[in-house]
Amino acid sequence: MNIVEQDFYTQIILSMAALVGLTSFLMLGQGRLLRLIFVFALQGLLLTLTTALVAYSLDNPHLYISAVMTLALKVIFIPWMLRREVMQMNMHRDVEALSNKTALMLGGASLTVFSYYVLHPIVQTTSPAMLNALAVSLSVVLLGMLLMISHRQAIAHVVGFMSIENGLFFAAIVATNGMPMVVELGIAFDVLVAAVLFGIFFFHIRSSIDSLDVDKLNRLNEVDK
Amino acid sequence: MAHEKAIGKLTDSRLKMYYSMYQGFMLAMYLVLTTNNMGIMWVAMEGATLATVLLVSLYRTPESIEAAWKYFILCGVGIAQALFGTILLYYAAAQLGDSDGALLWSVLYANADKLNPDVLEIAFVFLLIGYGTKIGLVPLHNWLPDAHSEGPTPMSAVLSGLLLNDALYAVVRNKMLVDGATHSNIAGYLMMGFGMLSFLVAALFLHRQKDIKRLFSYSSIEHMGIMTFAFGMGGGMATFAALLHMTVHSLTKSAIFVTVGYASQIAGTQSIDKIHGLIKTQPKVGWGLLIGTIAIAGFPPFGVFTSEFLVLVATMHNYPWLAPLLLLGIGIAFAGLFRHVQPMTYGAKPETQQAVKANLWPVMIHLALVLWLGLSIPTFLANWFSQATLLISGSTPL
Repeated sequence: MNIVEQDFYTQIILSMAALVGLTSFLMLGQGRLLRLIFVFALQGLLLTLTTALVAYSLDNPHLYISAVMTLALKVIFIPWMLRREVMQMNMHRDVEALSNKTALMLGGASLTVFSYYVLHPIVQTTSPAMLNALAVSLSVVLLGMLLMISHRQAIAHVVGFMSIENGLFFAAIVATNGMPMVVELGIAFDVLVAAVLFGIFFFHIRSSIDSLDVDKLNRLNEVDK
Repeated sequence: MAHEKAIGKLTDSRLKMYYSMYQGFMLAMYLVLTTNNMGIMWVAMEGATLATVLLVSLYRTPESIEAAWKYFILCGVGIAQALFGTILLYYAAAQLGDSDGALLWSVLYANADKLNPDVLEIAFVFLLIGYGTKIGLVPLHNWLPDAHSEGPTPMSAVLSGLLLNDALYAVVRNKMLVDGATHSNIAGYLMMGFGMLSFLVAALFLHRQKDIKRLFSYSSIEHMGIMTFAFGMGGGMATFAALLHMTVHSLTKSAIFVTVGYASQIAGTQSIDKIHGLIKTQPKVGWGLLIGTIAIAGFPPFGVFTSEFLVLVATMHNYPWLAPLLLLGIGIAFAGLFRHVQPMTYGAKPETQQAVKANLWPVMIHLALVLWLGLSIPTFLANWFSQATLLISGSTPL
């Protein structure tokens, strides 16, 4: 597939997919919380742009609503909430020492290859461009999980969780031009509630273990309790 | 709950939150069962998770907050996989045209053989992992014992009796679509593998438990494993048995969790080592726990025996080499339960132990229903199950 041969719309969608994938990698290697949140907001912005673009080119008005919801939730509300939390905890100067960044990046790259491998059977039913977009969104989902595994701060976990949601949203927009409106509203509602719950949780975790380091949540296990 | 408040574990405002969240959870669960739209089903499932997270951490102890955080993260990430599966499903359906009804289950089911089998196979893997996290399939079961043991007891009862079943229902619904498209039993094999693994692992874990609620939550995983296995096996008898097992397991498990709640109130602890002589202290609670355990372990004449027996017969019929594993697992689970329950119920009564005010009617009614289902299944219920079986597996039970 040569990108120059594709029409303009496909070219932009592919570039967007590449950028969204890139932001996931940026988050993966990021030890500073504030910058992590900033990159997350950037990813949300890319999603908003993609949604608006699909809405414009397909002339599909309900996708504009999705775009506005994404903007409000993932670019403004959630980053703002997380940022406030970081400031309150006075963690904005902390740098989390990530063990072995090289291995982490290589792991991320192999996850991307893996998602291409998983989705390869789909190529018979669709254009290669669609395969690229779907594979990138699956790899964003997987990279979000890797982010949660590799970081120890609860805030980084929330960012990973929300970036998984971003990957899913990207898949829904690009592959299927958006889910039915009622489902999208429901998903947005769930994301909002989840964000609020995370806020409550930070408060509880902080007051019970006096830190947001999830490695300290280790009281419950199977062996010698 | 009144007891919890009396000993200062709860405040008024938390009790208010408990009741409102509980109703929200019930709403979401019923929505999962009744909706025709696969997307809405996912939304409701996620909503149920969100509603119960704060209930698990109701007591605000460090342990309960840890359990709730684990529950939230693990189920949230898990169920995100199910959303990816749903998106793929929608993607496959949208290729047929008609994007309005493309997520309606009835439309999908009618056109199942036209859906692209490759896409649906991938979608089913994601859906099984996603909803499987909520069913508590090994190796995604970590949240379940924690959430059950640290949350309030009524929560454990509805989580075991309702949430797990709802998630399994979602998987079965998707399996029907995938079977229609692929014309093979690939989805069934996946479910059988996961179900068997969960069943065996949970049966072994039963032996190592020290907390009474963790003990019974592992028993839930074990029974969900049996059901997933039976649904995966397909065919009339196995599906009928799985439906029956779902019913009797929910009834028995909620009865047990209510009794366990009273038992831990009597002893003032959830630690198995410290609970003794329940029958001497308060006969009703002690016998309730004992009979409940007998029922859940699959003794005749209770309903669990009937359904487990049917599963076993179906296994011998279709996959004879799996039958010894199934029997062995049931035996191990039986031993695991009784080794812990016996010292708790029998034995001398510790001096400090006092009887508490307990209303055991719900327990008795549940256990009586299970007994009734074990002795004779009423015709209308049998017909109802048969119809569901016909729909799910395409053949009649007997």
